[in-house]
Amino acid sequence: MDRRTVFNGRLLPVVLLLPQLLLTLFFFYWPAAEAVWSSLTTQDAFGQDWVFVGLDNFQDLFDDPLYLDSAVRTVFFCLSVSVLAMCIALALAVFADRQIAGRGVYRTLLIWPYAIAPAMSAVLFLFVLNPRVGLLGRWLNRHGVAWDYTLNGSQAMLMVMSASAWKQVSYNFIFFLAGLQSIPRAVIEAARMDGAKGWRRFRTITFPLLSPTTFFLLVVNVVYAAFDTFGTIYALTQGGPGKDTETLVIKVFRDGVINQDIGSSSAQSVVLMLGVILITAIQFRFMGKRTLS
Amino acid sequence: MATLDIKGLRKSFGATEVLRQIDLSLIDGEMLVIVGASGCGKSTLLRLVAGLEQPTTGRIVIGGRDVTALDPSERDIAMVFQNYALYPHMSVFDNMAYGLRIRGLSRGEIARKVDEAAAMLGLDELLARKPRQLSGGQRQRVAMGRAIVRDPKLFLFDEPLSNLDAKLRVQMRAEIRKLQRRLGVTSLYVTHDQVEAMTLGDRLLILHEGRPAQLATPMEVFECPADTYVAGFVGSPTMNFLPGRLVQDGTAVLLDAGPLVPLLGRRIGGAVTLGIRPEHLTPGAQGLTLTVDLIEPLGSETLVHGRIAGITAESLAVKFAGAVPPLETLTVDVQSGHAHIFDAASGKRINSIG
Repeated sequence: MDRRTVFNGRLLPVVLLLPQLLLTLFFFYWPAAEAVWSSLTTQDAFGQDWVFVGLDNFQDLFDDPLYLDSAVRTVFFCLSVSVLAMCIALALAVFADRQIAGRGVYRTLLIWPYAIAPAMSAVLFLFVLNPRVGLLGRWLNRHGVAWDYTLNGSQAMLMVMSASAWKQVSYNFIFFLAGLQSIPRAVIEAARMDGAKGWRRFRTITFPLLSPTTFFLLVVNVVYAAFDTFGTIYALTQGGPGKDTETLVIKVFRDGVINQDIGSSSAQSVVLMLGVILITAIQFRFMGKRTLS
Repeated sequence: MATLDIKGLRKSFGATEVLRQIDLSLIDGEMLVIVGASGCGKSTLLRLVAGLEQPTTGRIVIGGRDVTALDPSERDIAMVFQNYALYPHMSVFDNMAYGLRIRGLSRGEIARKVDEAAAMLGLDELLARKPRQLSGGQRQRVAMGRAIVRDPKLFLFDEPLSNLDAKLRVQMRAEIRKLQRRLGVTSLYVTHDQVEAMTLGDRLLILHEGRPAQLATPMEVFECPADTYVAGFVGSPTMNFLPGRLVQDGTAVLLDAGPLVPLLGRRIGGAVTLGIRPEHLTPGAQGLTLTVDLIEPLGSETLVHGRIAGITAESLAVKFAGAVPPLETLTVDVQSGHAHIFDAASGKRINSIG
């Protein structure tokens, strides 16, 4: 089906594209260019003067053990959040795909968390897990579990991971459900006739046939966990206790906005930007190949 | 290999009754073709036997074992699906080996069985390929291979040839028949194609609106259709139906269109429908006079379509051997020996009583 529209002249298409182009220009290209420029300079403490320093900021960054710690922490955080969010979403999608009573309600309820702002989801988790006001937090402490994520780094990590994953489950759920429903029913039925049941059928037929969806979601989830979790983490722990939940985006914010080290902060943003470009390029390449074959 | 018994089977989806009372018995090695128009419940019947749907009432017994409550995976049935339903991420070999691996056969045994089935179907060269690298006919063969390699109690075919082009369909039809005979596996075959039904089945089950209209051998169905539905369904072009009533103590039919058609034997009834196949109308002097609408030369024979003069609604087809010159009108006689008499109200066949 060819749905291409042919315009007479240049003006109309340009006008139609303009809002999006302007948004991209002002909210991406301009700040990104600014960041690249800043990353090559160093500024005095009051922002009065700057010196061009070449790649010194990057050099310092990769020599800084704190930065490398944060990078390792971020990789661990991203993979954990992605795997957690995807596994839970897949399990829920498998149930929703079955013929169960109240399927419509079940699906709608599962999609809701996606509509909640990151900071709001953090507040919800506070109400549950805060050791002084949270329902579960108080219950744990009353029953002899020393639960306090403001003191215990591992607990803090667990909490930001759960909150971040929880918010992403809805998104993954929608895609997994669509993926499951696009698997031809007859293929599943053929597997049933071949004698495959339950877990084995899922492992050998359903899951492999979901692999395009799974790969797409893995990329989206890693990018989400690396960048979009800022609000959640900042509202819950501000990267603490100490630096135990300080992922790279939190560090960019802390170094740049709080500590006013614009040069280093910009260099960190540029590194992150290159990371996203790389991941996206890999994804496009892989997806492109799939559609060709 | 096993017998199949279906007893009192009914299936409703909500308020819609799809199958109303099916009773069937297949002997070991028999091939039964289930045929009917779309929506007659034939696919539902197959899916009930497969276990992919649960019957509302009734029992399904395979080789003496009641499987009604069992999951498809426990019934030991192989099914060939209309769109083949191959596992797209597996090679041809793995597609065929999948069911064997689940049964826990040894690696060597699996390779031996798959190779054997592949050789039988001419798939030897294709074992390493993925389904998307195969043509329609090859996929069809793989689907067959996946079914036979397991050596199941029962084969189910759900319109397996309907996605193939006409030439391949004829070829695969013959192959399926030969294979089924050779393996001797009891089979159910669903189709809407009457030629497939006639050529493949040991017996035919013609379903009409969820009820069995006739269960008989293909020749019986052709020669003694049980009602007007079956008579109209089997044979191409379809049988001509002419309203009339029995006269002369039931030994002749006076057609509403005029002529009196003498019958072989005596029948009891009043208003009837006379059925006559296009090849059983012969040119004659005092029969029905047709206004010719269309002449279709088919090479070895010619079809003439026409309307009975004076009655515009009644259209008739006549089949002649050889070519026919252009005609305006045509007078034909009904061959008495080939006339089928059905009750006008119920459509049921009325047999002669000597």
